[in-house]
Amino acid sequence: MTANASISLEPATVSADSVWRKLAQRKLAVLGLVIMLICILGASLAPWITPFDPSAQHFDGLTIEGAPLPPGPVYWLGTDLLGRDLFSRLLFGAQTSLIIGVVANGVSLLIGTLVGVTAGYFRGVVGAVLMRFTDLMMAFPALLLAICLAAIFSPSLWIVAMVIALVNWVQTARVIFTQTSSLVERDYIAAVKTLGAGHRRILFRHILPHLVPTLIVWGTLGISTTVLLEATLSFLGVGVQPPTPSWGNIIFENQTYFQSAPWLVFIPGAAILALALGFNLVGDALRDILDPTQQGRD
Amino acid sequence: MTVAEPLLPALDSDRQDIVLSVRNLHVSARSEEGLVPLVQGLSFDLRRGEVLAIAGESGSGKSITSLACMGLLPQPAVRITEGSIRLGETELTDLPESQMRALRGARIAMIFQEPMTALNPVMSIGRQLIEAIRAHDPVSVSDARARALEAVRAVRLSQPEKRLEQFPHELSGGMRQRVMIAMAIALRPDVLIADEPTTALDVTVQREVLDLLRDLQRDLSTSVILITHDMGVVAEMADRVIIMRHGSTVESASTVDLFETPREDYTRDLLAAVPRIGGAAARAALKKQESLVRIEDVSVRFPIRQGVLGRIKAQVHAVEHVSLEIIRGETLSLVGESGCGKSTIAKALVGLVPYSGNIEINGKNLVRLNAAGRKALRRDLQIIFQDPMAALDARMTVGELIREPLAIHDIGTAEEQRARVYQLLERVDLSPAYYNRYPHQFSGGQRQRICIARALALEPQLIVCDESVAALDVSIQARILDLLRDLQKEMGVTYLFISHDMAVVENISDRVAVMYLGQIVEMGTREQVFGDPRHSYTKRLLAAVPVPDPRSPRAGLPRLTGDVPSPVWPLGAGPARQALVDVGGGHMVAPD
Repeated sequence: MTANASISLEPATVSADSVWRKLAQRKLAVLGLVIMLICILGASLAPWITPFDPSAQHFDGLTIEGAPLPPGPVYWLGTDLLGRDLFSRLLFGAQTSLIIGVVANGVSLLIGTLVGVTAGYFRGVVGAVLMRFTDLMMAFPALLLAICLAAIFSPSLWIVAMVIALVNWVQTARVIFTQTSSLVERDYIAAVKTLGAGHRRILFRHILPHLVPTLIVWGTLGISTTVLLEATLSFLGVGVQPPTPSWGNIIFENQTYFQSAPWLVFIPGAAILALALGFNLVGDALRDILDPTQQGRD
Repeated sequence: MTVAEPLLPALDSDRQDIVLSVRNLHVSARSEEGLVPLVQGLSFDLRRGEVLAIAGESGSGKSITSLACMGLLPQPAVRITEGSIRLGETELTDLPESQMRALRGARIAMIFQEPMTALNPVMSIGRQLIEAIRAHDPVSVSDARARALEAVRAVRLSQPEKRLEQFPHELSGGMRQRVMIAMAIALRPDVLIADEPTTALDVTVQREVLDLLRDLQRDLSTSVILITHDMGVVAEMADRVIIMRHGSTVESASTVDLFETPREDYTRDLLAAVPRIGGAAARAALKKQESLVRIEDVSVRFPIRQGVLGRIKAQVHAVEHVSLEIIRGETLSLVGESGCGKSTIAKALVGLVPYSGNIEINGKNLVRLNAAGRKALRRDLQIIFQDPMAALDARMTVGELIREPLAIHDIGTAEEQRARVYQLLERVDLSPAYYNRYPHQFSGGQRQRICIARALALEPQLIVCDESVAALDVSIQARILDLLRDLQKEMGVTYLFISHDMAVVENISDRVAVMYLGQIVEMGTREQVFGDPRHSYTKRLLAAVPVPDPRSPRAGLPRLTGDVPSPVWPLGAGPARQALVDVGGGHMVAPD
């Protein structure tokens, strides 16, 4: 045989162990992991590490004129308009935002993938109906729909997460549909069909693994979108109900005072950015590591 | 011919001035491991009016050389590290891009393999030609248009005025390549680089384009560098040849000398691997004539939907009333040009395309069986595609890929399946150590071996080879054909071999069926079809194949222009049915 020279000789496998090892080798991925870890720890340990009750309005948390305090020794990140401790609210808000970002986003990915793959693989009437429904959902103003849904069900954290998922899956479905329909046309699918493979095998062994990179990218991008959508809903009064804090509603409650108290918007904004960045960095690295076609190329 | 008078005096053997001179050219690519050499120490001179062929297999650096001459290397990833390229008195290696742009097209032009990607799809042919001319010559639009028209006439396109108004997608592949040539010669360059100009074209169209290139080269005394992997094209076109391998020159000689007295082993091997019509060994006759596959009156039509409601307005008649029989243990070849329906028959046979008519394998019809029966029948029926990389799931290891058919059909325990995969890998001459590798880590030939191993896993009775060697270099192609032949001898497997390459078909077949526009026009044993072709299309196909012998007389065929008629018919209409007539000994021919 020719052209042996360029072929690496070590066997190539992907195991959970080696995924961790490879993640650890990438500086950016490690940074992402650290950010994710801080967010998760902060959210889950919030009751024990916060100095104050997040809903408590402190008399000394406001100036004589009634303005919020900037970051200082007592209130580390300052206070908000009602004199509540921003640091405590930020940590408790992390719980809400993580649940929205991970659960709502995860459910919307799941729905989008199911719809997209089914429509792209089976096509025909099923596919046409599913995709026209998706188009309809896309044309419908998402915010309006979310408000309607949230108004029908009494808003709680989990209901809000589901509402966001129900609004957000359409883009995923479109992208996954396009990709699936192009994968279905590929020769290798024809090849396994002639081997006698059934739908289940083709879908789970030969189509879904090829969608993983897209899902990872789409999923990490969705985190910031969903966190901000929750904030919008909160602002309109149909999101997570006050006084429960979330990063989004901290921003929206305080945005009118951006000039005089910038930390109230800047700090939770930075938190959302960091969370999205963390997931993005890890997702990016995972996509490369999990792709066997990249092996022997890096 | 309406080409302008030759601009330069005829070739003067005493004063053959050198147009392009390449000296000790080194091109390297930057990678993680440092510089990887792609071309090493290449030197040649191109004289005025000469055709120089640079031939070699994939990865030999021949295309990189042409890009280097055009100043089109993807810098800074790939760049010239040493040496010089002189076009007349101009040194090209250190020429700034702005000056190179002025030369490109005007003094040194290039035509590419795939004309569709080299043309702008949203601009008319005329506008692209005019733009190319005006980029170099400050002439008025009407003058440029006149020159464009002249160039389109020179490449013998029918209805030249109409062609200028058309867009690339409205033209066939052969016509597009003519437009590319028209664009290249419109400015009368000194040097024309043709990079695999006919590889993407059908053989009869290739013939026309090669004839055209030769005529133009003679009339305009342009010097041509012809980059090709096809030794037949080399023999027909070139005055001199450079054989390249792994970036270095293996041999450089005049075409006649190279073909008659090759000095290097590699050249000898390369020439030996080229399939030649008439060079195939006789094949043993089959002991018993037992039918394995019966294809009866099979038609495949694809609807063309138009309008808002997507109503069917017309149909592509891909396969029209084809009937044929495949005998157990034989190799039946289906030949024809692109769009003739040969691959569609293969897909219908393995159940990938719906059809009307009847296809029986071992007396069973795949469509009429229930799910279990269909799955069982699939074991007897395998297909090997043209592009092995596309036919293998890139996210699975070689072991998983070859094992998959065994897993689908639940054959043996996991251990037995593994052992069988090792055995299959060895059978197709791959190391069992490759079990855990991924397809992208292999070369094209090795990947095709993986596909063959996977097809063999179920011990099928029929393997459909759909252009299975078309994408491979000749030396690898020859080895894959040998492997297929050996497997047939060992296991008695039957092949339906789909190909456009007459020489390959002649090498491997027992019987041959020639297809044209969805119908079989001639069918018979290899000796009958190749020794005594009766249908005019078969004759044309055979005459169009480039012969890898520079001394063979160049076919003085009538110059065929015009393209294959369209297989698209409005609803209800269809082509006339060709009834095959037996002209003796089972040699079936359609009346012309």
